[in-house]
Amino acid sequence: MNLNELYTQIITENSRSTANRHPVAGATHSLEGVNPSCGDDITLQLRIADGVIQDAGFIGSGCAISQASASLMIDLVKGRKVTDAKRLIGLYFQMIKGKITPQELDELEDAAALQGIAHVPARVKCAVLAWHTLEEVLDKAS
Amino acid sequence: MWQKGWMRMNPWIADFPILAADENGNRLVYLDSAATTQHPTQVLDAVADYYRRDNANPHRGVYELAMRATDAHENARHTVAKFFNAQDDEIVFTQNTTESLNLVAYSYGLHFLHAGDEIALSVAEHHSNLVPWQRVAAATGAKLVYLYPDEGGHLTEQELDKKITDRTRLVAVAMVSNVLGLRAPVESIVRHAHAVGAVVVLDCAQSAPHVPVDVKALDVDFAACSAHKLYAPMGVGALYAKRALLDKMPPFLSGGDMIAAVHEQTATYAEGPRKFEAGTRNVGGEVGFAAALDYMTAIGWQTLQQHEHALLKQMLDGMRAMPWLTVYGEPTADARCGVVSFNVQDVHPHDVATILDAGGVAVRAGHHCAQPLMEYLGIGSCCRASVALYNTPQDIDALLQNLENVRKVMGL
Repeated sequence: MNLNELYTQIITENSRSTANRHPVAGATHSLEGVNPSCGDDITLQLRIADGVIQDAGFIGSGCAISQASASLMIDLVKGRKVTDAKRLIGLYFQMIKGKITPQELDELEDAAALQGIAHVPARVKCAVLAWHTLEEVLDKAS
Repeated sequence: MWQKGWMRMNPWIADFPILAADENGNRLVYLDSAATTQHPTQVLDAVADYYRRDNANPHRGVYELAMRATDAHENARHTVAKFFNAQDDEIVFTQNTTESLNLVAYSYGLHFLHAGDEIALSVAEHHSNLVPWQRVAAATGAKLVYLYPDEGGHLTEQELDKKITDRTRLVAVAMVSNVLGLRAPVESIVRHAHAVGAVVVLDCAQSAPHVPVDVKALDVDFAACSAHKLYAPMGVGALYAKRALLDKMPPFLSGGDMIAAVHEQTATYAEGPRKFEAGTRNVGGEVGFAAALDYMTAIGWQTLQQHEHALLKQMLDGMRAMPWLTVYGEPTADARCGVVSFNVQDVHPHDVATILDAGGVAVRAGHHCAQPLMEYLGIGSCCRASVALYNTPQDIDALLQNLENVRKVMGL
């Protein structure tokens, strides 16, 4: 395992970033995601109107991978249509499985920094927690 | 040269095939023995030999092979009994500590505890000595009363005086906490409990690998352990219970081999431990368990304890020089058995464990099946490094060196 591929600057900095770590005013959706085995715990809040994610934030605690992944996900999906966000979630899961083209990877923007997790099976659950939680919210929203 | 060095310092490593160096001379630094230990060849061979030469269903056949299997089963029981200074008819084979404790909860707790009774247990208990008592409390109306440790992680006399009262009917406590690694004041707990007529259930999962457990000298009523933390296979455990208690308790699981006679509407039960051993047992595992205890006995407690004490002292001395690292529980080797739990400031335990793993060092990270203790300590989780007889000073050096790297990797 190459630690520099896993704990990149994007991941370590985003794991501590407070930019997306806040409740959302006028949230229309809120959902908690938990990894019972390791205690990663995030609550995702979104304001969705007219089929668009107007605002998003999260609160919670957990490892650097889970926290950075939540923050990078919010950067990626905020302001997008629900349908676009769902497609990007699908691409993210493809990346985690190690099955993504370079063009698709570009679409994930900074979230592509989590690509290295594909080689660390023990930590996959940390990397997908926020994304599974968002998927569940969007499935309910549409 | 390096290989010779650690072979010289630790004569037992060569017995453990999983710890052999690879073609590059790299060796797994396994510091998770509190979760499960590795097995020496002597144990692996004993299990294989049982299946090669002696395997049949014990207590069933009259042919010679079945006799050999029965002997293997009962001889293993004798070895376990001797290890804990118990009588053979006070040892029940189970699948692990969890099943042993559930047996006590179901066959003793559900039948002998009543509404208004109190179950005293330490907040540091592993879930296996906690959740069964929650269920007993819910079913009987008994109440759970928690014992809280002081700042150093120890249960004090004052706490025992306060919490073990005339209402207490059962005290459930680990002899050594799987997180704090500290020895509970078992003698005083037993004195307090017996003074009010309560029984003591001792979880020895973490103590049995590191200190002698003499159930008679301790005078506990029940004691539970797992073979797989004692250099033996998974899937075998033992319960010690005073014979008078076994006699008055109803069976736990029922079915084959635990009976005396079965009729259409009724059945009578076997006596002693066999009443609690329904179905075909894991005799191969029991043989491995006995071989592991023989292996430990041949090394001797004094040698084993000196070895582990030196490793813990080296680990704690190294950690004391790391201002960004917090050790939970009194940070001295003298007070400890086997484990050191810690956190690195501003780094989640799972990230610490991943970074250590990249350096070839295996430690546990998480809540260690002790969530109430994590809440009490005000943390969500922590890392835990644990030692066994096959660890070396080089293993501890590797841990300490890789710990130095953690905050750097995280950009701190």
